Amino acid sequence: MTTTTANAAQLDERVARQGRVRRLFGRPELGAIVGAVVIFVFFSVIAPVFLQPTSIVTVLYGSSTIGIMAVGVSLLMIGGEFDLSAGVGVISSSLTAALFTWYFSTNVWVGIFLALVFSLGVGALNGWILVKTKLPSFIVTLATFLMLAGLNLAITRLVSGAVSSPSIADIDGYAVAAAIFAADVPLFGIQVKITVFIWIALVLVATYILMRTRVGNWIFAVGGDENAARAVGVPVTKTKIGLFMGVGFCAWIAGMHNLFAFNVVQSGEGVGNEFLFIIAAVIGGCLLTGGYGSAVGGAIGALIFGMANKGIVYAQWNPDWFKFFLGLMLLLATIINLLVKRRAEQK
Amino acid sequence: MSHATPAGTPDAGTPDTESLTDGPHLISLREVGKHYGNVIALSDVTMDVDAGRVTCVLGDNGAGKSTLIKIIAGLHKHDAGEFTVRGESLHLSSPRQALNLGIAAVYQDLAVVGLMPIWRNFFLGSELKGGPLGSLDITAMKQITRDQLLAMGIDLRDVDQPIGTLSGGERQCVAIARAVYFGAKALILDEPTAALGVKQSGVVLKYILRARDRGLGVIFITHNPHHAYPVGDRFLLLKRGKSIGYFEKGEVTLGELTGMMAGGAELEELAHELEQISGQAEVLQSIREAEAEIAK
Repeated sequence: MTTTTANAAQLDERVARQGRVRRLFGRPELGAIVGAVVIFVFFSVIAPVFLQPTSIVTVLYGSSTIGIMAVGVSLLMIGGEFDLSAGVGVISSSLTAALFTWYFSTNVWVGIFLALVFSLGVGALNGWILVKTKLPSFIVTLATFLMLAGLNLAITRLVSGAVSSPSIADIDGYAVAAAIFAADVPLFGIQVKITVFIWIALVLVATYILMRTRVGNWIFAVGGDENAARAVGVPVTKTKIGLFMGVGFCAWIAGMHNLFAFNVVQSGEGVGNEFLFIIAAVIGGCLLTGGYGSAVGGAIGALIFGMANKGIVYAQWNPDWFKFFLGLMLLLATIINLLVKRRAEQK
Repeated sequence: MSHATPAGTPDAGTPDTESLTDGPHLISLREVGKHYGNVIALSDVTMDVDAGRVTCVLGDNGAGKSTLIKIIAGLHKHDAGEFTVRGESLHLSSPRQALNLGIAAVYQDLAVVGLMPIWRNFFLGSELKGGPLGSLDITAMKQITRDQLLAMGIDLRDVDQPIGTLSGGERQCVAIARAVYFGAKALILDEPTAALGVKQSGVVLKYILRARDRGLGVIFITHNPHHAYPVGDRFLLLKRGKSIGYFEKGEVTLGELTGMMAGGAELEELAHELEQISGQAEVLQSIREAEAEIAK
């Protein structure tokens, strides 16, 4: 800034200093990138097997199962809300497809379509209750989390008499669906799970939406300051409901992979995974309070999760250490985020 | 304005061609009143707003300032008197209707999102689309933001910084510039200096003059006559929901304004406050006179 008004001149040095710092630390995912590099180098050194292509593919697959959900959850979090029902929501989606297909002996694709409607519906319901009641999303989605967890167990037992869904492997359409949702894609001679590619595609789409579309602007705005957003004409209700439905869509994809990769679904699964998604988003630089973050950050958070999860195995440590590790990462990431936000809000 | 104004906003690009004196006022209130149930919130208020003029509304807390701006901004309907916009008598039923008539309000909270970049805030809710996939025209939006802020006298090197990093006065200015760009002809500023320090208040007053010079009719709500007097052309004084005076600038001195508002008790304090703003010796003198007058 060479020419300036008298008033701005007095602020100038401060703005300039922030500008430089921000260029370094401005990206929400910066902390996560540093963390990912450190963890990658760390495990590469102590467990050389970690660097083998098959190991890398395994790590990517593990990351993608969390990462697909982390995309939806990251956007939701930037929009200022949580979804505690996301973990069991994945299993609910799998079960909807499996149980319906098995019970009515329909084509598998009918079940797949119903599961999509169901998952989007759960998201829409979460969002609708949230905007109508103005209750915190923590409470609303905690309630749906419990309800879905209960429904998963109860309906599975009601339909199949067991704790897992019956096999649908011999039902029409299974082969094609499995070839899509649980495919192995050969890449440089290694079989890579299709979820890795879906994950990357979702991150790209989400990043495009966030940075290059009106809806992206609205997502940041409803998370940053809901009242201000409403005052300038942002459709706050639609944006929030849409974000919850986005999580539902991701849950459907993850759920379909879950179903067609294993053919049966354990009805008690998924509990606790919602925190992994949130952890991935937070490590990736999404603020818990909303208004700040990126889809790429959530993806890197999921990658850190995948590397730590598998790396500990490759290093032949006791996996008990994993949770400690995850907790430490979360703490460090949130502290970095806090500093970033303070810097950004400094007047 | 170096850029085309957005489509759908009424002739926003020609602010200074409007006549200042001939023809109907931009906004005109005649004995306007409003009651909530049996509580009379406002009665017998008469005031005019013209392009290129600043109309100040002065009053203490509970004087009816909020009710008045809510009527003008379309949030409440008045139930007595006449409210005309460009000579046409009407009852506004929504802020959207007011906006379509070119009446924009900038409230104290400014409706900006602190963590978002300045240019995203500037276009929030009215983003420009450019690309084939409905993508945002980011280059144009940044350029327009920079130009519009420059026109208001803020030279920003980086419109990508979060708006929260700006000073209070500058954020106020962004909100004003946004209203102007999106077609405001009349600008209601609700206590823009209330939360600001002396220096920042000066910054905002400068922007008010800048908006006036760009041909807007400004309604400046404040409880501080020392902020109102230097920039105002007309002064409406409210007290307990009633108009206690409506003056052109030539008809009243700052001392008289302050005297009517404060009753003299706080004058010493105000004079002290004003001493901190340089170049107001003349104003200061008139406060001293008013003090002396009241002391008699």
